[in-house]
Amino acid sequence: MRAPAAPTLSPLVLSPAVLFLAPLGQHKGRLAVSVLAIALGVALGYAMQLINAVALNEFSQAVRSLAGEADLEIRGPRAGFDEMLYPRVARLAQVAVASPVLEVEAKLPGRREPLRVLGVDAFRAVQVQPELIGNTSADRLDLLRQDALFLSPAAADSLDLKVGGRLALQVGLSEVSLRVAGLLRASGRERLGVMDIAAAQLALNRMGRISRIDIRARSGADVAALQARLQAGLPPGLIVERPQSNLQRNASMSRAYRVNLNVLALVALFTGGFLVFSAQALSVVRRRAQLALLRVLGVTRAGMVRMLLAEGALIGAAGAAIGLAAGYLMAAAVLQRFGADLGAGEFRGLHPALHADPWTSALFFALGVLVAVAGSLAAALEAARAAPAQALKAGDEQTAFARLRPAWPGVTLLALGALCTAAGPIGGIPLFGYIAIALMLVGTLALMPRLATTVFGLLPRPQDAGARLALAQLQGAPGQAAVSLAAIVASFSLMVAMAIMVASFRISLDGWLDRVLPADLYLRTGIGGDTAYLSPHDEARIAALPGVRRAEFLRIEQLLLDPGKPRVALLARSLPRDDPGGRLPLVGDERLPRPGAPPPLWASEAMVDLYGYKVGEVVQLPLAGQLRRFTVAGIWRDYARQQGSVIIQRDRYIAYSGDRNSTDAALYLAPGASPAAILQEIRARIPGAANLESGSSGEIRARSLHVFDRTFAVTYALEAVAVLIGLFGLSSNFGALVLARSREFGMLRHIGMTRRQIGSMLAAEGALVSALGLALGLALGWVIGLVLINVVNRQSFHWSMELHPPWGLLALLAAALVLLATLTALASGRRALGVDVVRAVREDW
Amino acid sequence: MAMIGLVWLCASAVAQEYAQVKSGHELQFPRDYGSHPQFRTEWWYLTGWVKDAKGRDLGIQITFFRNRPLVAENNPSHFAPRQLLFAHAALADPANGKLLHDQRAARAGFGLAEAKEGGTDVWIDDWSLQQTDSGYRARIAARDFSYALEFKTTQPVLLQGEHGLSRKGPLPAQASYYYSQPQLAVSGTITVKGESFAVSGSAWLDHEWSSEYLAKEAAGWDWVGLNLADGGALMAFRIRDKKGGTFWAGGSLRAADGRVRVLKPKEVSFEPVRRWRSPRTGTEYPVAMRLRAGGLDLDLEPLLDDQELDARASTGTIYWEGAVRARAGGKLQGSGYLELTGYWRPLRM
Repeated sequence: MRAPAAPTLSPLVLSPAVLFLAPLGQHKGRLAVSVLAIALGVALGYAMQLINAVALNEFSQAVRSLAGEADLEIRGPRAGFDEMLYPRVARLAQVAVASPVLEVEAKLPGRREPLRVLGVDAFRAVQVQPELIGNTSADRLDLLRQDALFLSPAAADSLDLKVGGRLALQVGLSEVSLRVAGLLRASGRERLGVMDIAAAQLALNRMGRISRIDIRARSGADVAALQARLQAGLPPGLIVERPQSNLQRNASMSRAYRVNLNVLALVALFTGGFLVFSAQALSVVRRRAQLALLRVLGVTRAGMVRMLLAEGALIGAAGAAIGLAAGYLMAAAVLQRFGADLGAGEFRGLHPALHADPWTSALFFALGVLVAVAGSLAAALEAARAAPAQALKAGDEQTAFARLRPAWPGVTLLALGALCTAAGPIGGIPLFGYIAIALMLVGTLALMPRLATTVFGLLPRPQDAGARLALAQLQGAPGQAAVSLAAIVASFSLMVAMAIMVASFRISLDGWLDRVLPADLYLRTGIGGDTAYLSPHDEARIAALPGVRRAEFLRIEQLLLDPGKPRVALLARSLPRDDPGGRLPLVGDERLPRPGAPPPLWASEAMVDLYGYKVGEVVQLPLAGQLRRFTVAGIWRDYARQQGSVIIQRDRYIAYSGDRNSTDAALYLAPGASPAAILQEIRARIPGAANLESGSSGEIRARSLHVFDRTFAVTYALEAVAVLIGLFGLSSNFGALVLARSREFGMLRHIGMTRRQIGSMLAAEGALVSALGLALGLALGWVIGLVLINVVNRQSFHWSMELHPPWGLLALLAAALVLLATLTALASGRRALGVDVVRAVREDW
Repeated sequence: MAMIGLVWLCASAVAQEYAQVKSGHELQFPRDYGSHPQFRTEWWYLTGWVKDAKGRDLGIQITFFRNRPLVAENNPSHFAPRQLLFAHAALADPANGKLLHDQRAARAGFGLAEAKEGGTDVWIDDWSLQQTDSGYRARIAARDFSYALEFKTTQPVLLQGEHGLSRKGPLPAQASYYYSQPQLAVSGTITVKGESFAVSGSAWLDHEWSSEYLAKEAAGWDWVGLNLADGGALMAFRIRDKKGGTFWAGGSLRAADGRVRVLKPKEVSFEPVRRWRSPRTGTEYPVAMRLRAGGLDLDLEPLLDDQELDARASTGTIYWEGAVRARAGGKLQGSGYLELTGYWRPLRM
């Protein structure tokens, strides 16, 4: 930042453009910060939009090529359903083709990412999903050969396999080796393998089961009527739907996550707009005389407004241009590093490429410009409104601020914000939660001058001359201070809110992990894959190992409860008879069913939000094609799944489904037994155990927290950047404000104040303003934090958390802010005092 | 005989797992009307000439193929592709200018597609061919047309070759079991573009099964089956080598009085008279032929030139299967179907 040089007006070059452009060059620092903030907002929003467009595009392409020309598809639980439904469907008169598909996420030994493997009947599939038919220039019979697997080009690439190579799939704990017979015609980028459906049933141990029937209706048939007719005849737990609804459902899975990041972008844009506002407000005040001169020279009010808005637009354009470039690079980097779902695992298997769409780019560019123009609007109107004659006189700056003072809009906004927190989500998005936050922010900022006047008016007069003068200045000219105050409040409240939310989440997660990881050693067959499992035989052998005090096993299945929603996880767990819920991280009361009532079920909080489950209520779950009744015995907190999950007792699950396999084991060790030794024992004694993933509760806990930190690191790093920019903007504005008062300092020097006294006056002003800002920011941030925890998070992710304010961090932030404000005030004061005393007052004619 | 190598089964499967055609084996009916799933390839081939009420001539073809690919014999899955079924159907209407045809393919199973043993009963979804008390019934719902036709038997079964064993090459294993049902009386309904009309005429059924049909030197065959105007029946074929020469030939002539004369390779000759090039595939077919067989000297002239059938989506090949008239010295002697295979690409069976 530089001291404003006195404008050297030559009548010969006195054009409005010069008058306007010159000051832009004079406050480069503030300008740069404003541009940066806009750039960040645009970059974040644009990057999110690009990533999301890519992800959705990829996903819809994948759905299209997988669903092909299907009009309808029948789906059910992840484990599939009885194949005998297929001939029944195929025989319906309105059905032209029914194509049965067995779909599994096959675990690949030694690899983290599972491979989606489809078993198809090539004769049927070719009529519905031609892209699923392998290219067999050599031998068409490979489409039927029982060892043949066809890979999508993307899968062959990522697995580094060529035609003729072999790929092992893990089934149970053992491996099945398949020959890569060719590539699929599928052009999409999804990772996919296709084999004969009979071969898949045999190799993947799914005899008699299929997971999907794709249907093409006869031409001219009423698809809706066919859908209704099919649905009426389906066993419970199966649905028939148009392939597009699958796309919508998956899109809704990622939406909450996406919207949260988009809001970050909005926060950055808001900060940017606010910075433009404060910079322009100050700049207009400082150029009051210049602008008045322009009016005298014949520039109309409208012309004045236009030119000031053009200034804002210029800032916005610069920021938006930088933002677009940065956003594109950011999106490319994110796609490269995490994939289109930002590492959330929802678009598993898609490896997309980035496309910048000119319309989207134009939209975000316009958004950046618009925010900056909006930020300039208040200042522009104010400058135009001023009477030229009055404004040409020195000391008129205060009138500019005096106008920003009515109280009722702020109060109204705050009240509206409070009302918004009570509203539910819109289409799964906590829209009103975000609106509430925005209203509270803007409302508080609007109230700032009034609050400043009131609070400073209430303070007792201190003895020290500097402090006394500082207070007098703040009481006499609260509008000036209000701009700085608003900047502090905006930055600090967002910082506080985010800090409170992250800390609350992390501490709640920590406590939750303690509850859900009571055993010493955990084994699981694999992430994502649904071909790997522990057989009853494996279970018995693990439980019988010396050193294992108790072994509990878990089976996870995915049930489709509602066609419009993603599948719900069913966890079949061995729970102790006497206190089955004791091991679960329950929220609220537990009420075990009375004797004779349906068996107990513990539902996650998402089940309450999404399906309206209530404790004590009897609910029905489709298990193995039949509706089974359960009593909701309690609600538990599940930080692992957003889409809902239920826990039932494993013996009950086995009785209902006949499925005796499990996917996870929790081992309680005898005193003195070491997890490492037991693990070694398991690897040595159980064939295929090398394919098991394992971890002690400590390791899993550490890993989970690491994943948490990594997932949120990106989010919070960006948030921190936005807030930091706000802080820099604050300090530069504060500095500018002080510099604008150089005449006042000259006067004070004339009446005998020392530089030291003026310095301490400025320090006191800085401290007072920032202290008030911190207090207000903390209060506002606290409220916003509560909205984030109880409204935004709850509605986005359907889980609750306890409030855990990070006192230490908040205190540190507050101290840093006060220090920064004081130092800025002092430093600016020193430079303002550097101006020659006589020259400073000479301007005051 | 007839048709088309299920290119599906190209040569790689191990022949010893299949049942073999053996000389001295007597065909038994009704058992041998049905499917023979132990053999590699089998087909039921119906071709015929019908007239509508206005006297318009139409050619009809309905074919069901069965194939045992020998790739999943031990898989207990209901989906195991132990038997594959294919079907072609075609309607030759000179007014249309080209053949209308459609095809089906499926693995046998779930009652959706089956070829039953013990009697002719084969179907894929809503395409079916079944034996009835008086003959056969076919139901075909193709893309451009549909058939609901009855085929009444008027003559006894005609065993081809030596008591139903038809040699296809010099080696004893290069043979099929083969019988025909000539002079079937056709009646029923054809629907084209939503318009149904009654038809009647005469047809020919071939049923043939084998595990080693075509020698590897062979590229394809020319085959003809004619219902003669006097009530007789003539079947003649030649298997061509890769240069277009005759690798093997044979046939039979059943006179109106029922006496059967089996034709030796030297007694059959096909001589192209006119060729037609397919505008779609560029393949050239000798659609008009001079046929000398069993003392008959016949000019074969197609009902229309374009009777090419693209079966790449099912059996994996393209061939010409067309209604033809047989004349001698300008005088109509009979009508039937001519089949020309291996002209697009050499057939492998």
